[in-house]
Amino acid sequence: MYTQSFNVPDAPGGKTVPLTQPIEDPARQAAFDARIDADGRIEPQDWMPDAYRRTLVRQISQHAHSEIVGMLPEGNWISRAPSLKRKAILIAKVQDEGGHGLYLYSAAETLGTSRDQMLEGLHSGRAKYSSIFNYPTLTWADVGVIGWLVDGAAIMNQVPLCRCSYGPYARAMVRVCKEESFHQRQGYEALLVMMGGTEEQKAMVQDAVNRWWWKCLAMFGPPDADSPNSVQGMRWGIKRVSNDELRQKFVDATVPQAKVLGVTLPDPDLKWNEARQHYDYGQIDWAEFWETVNGNGPCNKERLATRVKAHNDGQWVRDAALAHARKQQERRMKEAA
Amino acid sequence: MSTALKEWPLWEVFVRSKQGLEHKHCGSLHAADAAQALDMARDVYTRRQEGVSIWVVESKAITASNPDDKGELFDPAADKIYRHPTFYEIPEEVGHM
Repeated sequence: MYTQSFNVPDAPGGKTVPLTQPIEDPARQAAFDARIDADGRIEPQDWMPDAYRRTLVRQISQHAHSEIVGMLPEGNWISRAPSLKRKAILIAKVQDEGGHGLYLYSAAETLGTSRDQMLEGLHSGRAKYSSIFNYPTLTWADVGVIGWLVDGAAIMNQVPLCRCSYGPYARAMVRVCKEESFHQRQGYEALLVMMGGTEEQKAMVQDAVNRWWWKCLAMFGPPDADSPNSVQGMRWGIKRVSNDELRQKFVDATVPQAKVLGVTLPDPDLKWNEARQHYDYGQIDWAEFWETVNGNGPCNKERLATRVKAHNDGQWVRDAALAHARKQQERRMKEAA
Repeated sequence: MSTALKEWPLWEVFVRSKQGLEHKHCGSLHAADAAQALDMARDVYTRRQEGVSIWVVESKAITASNPDDKGELFDPAADKIYRHPTFYEIPEEVGHM
């Protein structure tokens, strides 16, 4: 499961615009604010400010899209998994991602958007998904690294979302987080096995780590100073921990894991800072990040085309299932009459 | 077929986690009919032995109370503390009651 810890506008351009929120109903707004301040939860039928609703629809649907698109790079490796065991594990993981997408679409639907609307947004290229999936998975080691680092970064992001102020989103995230730790552990374990192998296999793991490390750091979203909407997200209890704070936690957690694994992380500036009691790390290439978010990454077109094709190829199945259900119902009505 | 009818209906899923416990709401999904909703609920919500029984019900069949009526519906119970056993003082020598 994968979310970018930021909320990119779905409109082309992808620059963050501040959320303006005219007060629609002062009394209800006050009741809403009071509930948020008391760390209460908002449920679908409750009144909520329009901007809160729109922000959630965008964030939850982007999150759902990320799950669904995230199935593609890993799905590509199912037929090439090195053993039956690894194949069974990978199938289970990809199936989980599909399930996570579904939990999230359902959560977004409680806000008044339809599944079809969300899918249309994804398929037309208007809606965003996590930029991490717009990079290719070149070797089997990439599959392990995705589990260890990409899912690891996602878990960092998602654990605080279990306390999100919107009930259905928080409940979906609880379910997701329970399943997610298998994803990270299976990836790390697959890499451990490779690191016990030949020099070639070890080099393969190191190469995959080198290619994914910086992209994983970017997954947490722009630095806090460049995330104007984070403040509003925090105010609403949608976001609980800032991008930079989550990124730091991820770096601090990952360095010792890399050591055990026997790989280096490709950052000459990465070193322990005794004063801060954290690891310092180098500059992230945000220009590349925004290029990818805005559709110009190495696999954006390929991923979207694959997704659209799968959806179109499945249209007759969805139509047939509906037609069958209608016929069955008509038959029952006739029998009853 | 009009586009409005193209989307599969929405179903709410309830799962009994083990024999002896109640079915509990766990989420929702789209399916063409009840049988398919059951199949999909099995795949989506019980991948790790989370259940021994599933109910599905079309979401539109559920009638829910209005959050605006929350006070009217539930507040009256707040001052009826005599409905709770702890309201009554019983001499200690009586023991457990």
